[in-house]
Amino acid sequence: MTTHATGRTLGSTLGRPPLALVLPGALAAALLVVPLVTLVLDTPWGSFLDQLGTRAVRDALRLTALASAITVVVCVALGTPLAWLLARVDFPGRTLLRAAVAVPLVLPPVVAGVALVTALGRNGLVGSLLRDATGWTIPYTTTAVVIAHTFVSMPFYVLSVEGALRASGERYDVVAATLGADRWTTFRRVTLPLAMPGVIAGAILAWARSLGEFGATITFAGNYPGTTQTMPSLIYQALQSDPEVARTLSMILLVVSVATLAALRNRWLTTP
Amino acid sequence: MADDTVTGPSPGGPGLVADLRVPGRLDARVTAVPGEVVAVIGPNGAGKTTMLRALAGLVELEGSVEVDGASWTDPPRLVRERSLGFVFQDQSLFPHLSALDNVAFGLRSRGVARARAAATAHEWLDRFGIDDLAGRRPHELSGGQAQRVAIARALAPAPSLLLLDEPFAGLDVGVATALRLELARHLASYDGIALLVTHDALDALTLADTVLVLDGGRVAQTGTPHDVAARPRTDHVARLVGLNVIRDDDSFRSFSPSAVTVSLAQPEGSARHRWHGTVLSAAPHGDAVRLLVGADRELIADVTPAATAELGLVPGRAVWLSVKETAVQTYALGPT
Repeated sequence: MTTHATGRTLGSTLGRPPLALVLPGALAAALLVVPLVTLVLDTPWGSFLDQLGTRAVRDALRLTALASAITVVVCVALGTPLAWLLARVDFPGRTLLRAAVAVPLVLPPVVAGVALVTALGRNGLVGSLLRDATGWTIPYTTTAVVIAHTFVSMPFYVLSVEGALRASGERYDVVAATLGADRWTTFRRVTLPLAMPGVIAGAILAWARSLGEFGATITFAGNYPGTTQTMPSLIYQALQSDPEVARTLSMILLVVSVATLAALRNRWLTTP
Repeated sequence: MADDTVTGPSPGGPGLVADLRVPGRLDARVTAVPGEVVAVIGPNGAGKTTMLRALAGLVELEGSVEVDGASWTDPPRLVRERSLGFVFQDQSLFPHLSALDNVAFGLRSRGVARARAAATAHEWLDRFGIDDLAGRRPHELSGGQAQRVAIARALAPAPSLLLLDEPFAGLDVGVATALRLELARHLASYDGIALLVTHDALDALTLADTVLVLDGGRVAQTGTPHDVAARPRTDHVARLVGLNVIRDDDSFRSFSPSAVTVSLAQPEGSARHRWHGTVLSAAPHGDAVRLLVGADRELIADVTPAATAELGLVPGRAVWLSVKETAVQTYALGPT
């Protein structure tokens, strides 16, 4: 007997679903689905390829692809060790640090941008030191785009990997130690392979977050075509002058988002 | 508590000399010479697993551990710096590695080259008769096969100390029996020290040179399997080997459950070996029925199925138990 069959039998014997639940439910579904459908309908498919070929669009596409790819690499390279520290090392302030890592998840992106300016801006705490020492400033550069993307994407990655590390537990670390493995070997050969599903899910989440990033980027890096103008920034700009371009670009991001969701399907969309 | 029947290792020489103190859980001295197999038995919570984990360095320890003349506790050695093999109760095979890579893991982490580690791992799998399963992942192995891989993995780096935590727990009886015989063979050719935690008297009797009985974190008895089985000093071991043991002021009395006479009326004769109580449970035991009787202590008695029916020996029934003087073995309280 499967739960599926049970559900079906119960559904037909327990009576109709009440309107008090059906109506608001349908309204919620409409609110979520209708704009997506209209976006698809309003996309200027005739000129779709022409739009893709314009310099502004190509630059924004290239920059978005580049920034999101580097963001994922930085998240994996720096976020994996951070997740391991949070999951495995009992250091003072660990709870506090874990809370701090999660803050960008709920922080309005514009606020994230302002926060980045205070730290890395021309007159920011770290930014001014950097400027005095090297003459180099970060804001309004492609580097700033990557930093803003990393800032908002990293928490998704770290929390996903930390969860996977906690789920696989310290048990196998102990086994590896009794077999003479040092912690680095254990991390490489045991801990990381066992946490791989979390690493992959975290990387996809971070990448998706980076693709759509707008608020922190435009605040910290500006909106300069070719250097800091990503897809969302271009959409924002085009919406005022050329709505067709905005829809074309939006369509591209929608397709990418749906593809991301499909990649994560096994993790989240399958009901238990 | 003195180590009575086995000649202990001399300090600084080969073998294990450990004084294991884990506050609130364990206070035990254990010694063994190379090649010796020590079975650690005792009831749940007696500190058996804690003893193994303390030797491995997995729990904080007061006291000392010395293996083959080198101290593991002064200065403290990390777990990975101790020459040990640990067979965990749940096997704990690395789920993402093949049987071969699991067995080769300890060799690889101790710096053996990949090809040589693989060759040695194949040899070990072959000794356990499962080299044809070398490429399988743990989830593709049966319980018995997985436990063989786990034991091979622990033995492959040739550790000084092999710690086995209930290696047959959770296996089918038939599988456990086959594996017990195999393990006996491997332990016979193993020149390190093996400590085997077990719940099963059979393990202790068939595999061990020495039995160490833990009770409440302390060593209640050590001796050869034969000695411990014949003269148990704790209720737990008495139960394990199927004996009744009664502790008097200065001695133990033990007798077999088959020597117990069960009657409804008060028996005549010696007052010393009789008890009045109620039947707590009755269960088939071989050809007989084994009764657990709650008198001033719990006693076990074997009766025939016919007698069970005739006397109406169901739980709750009040009965008298008696034993002939000649069936009772008396031995001194202190270490022999």
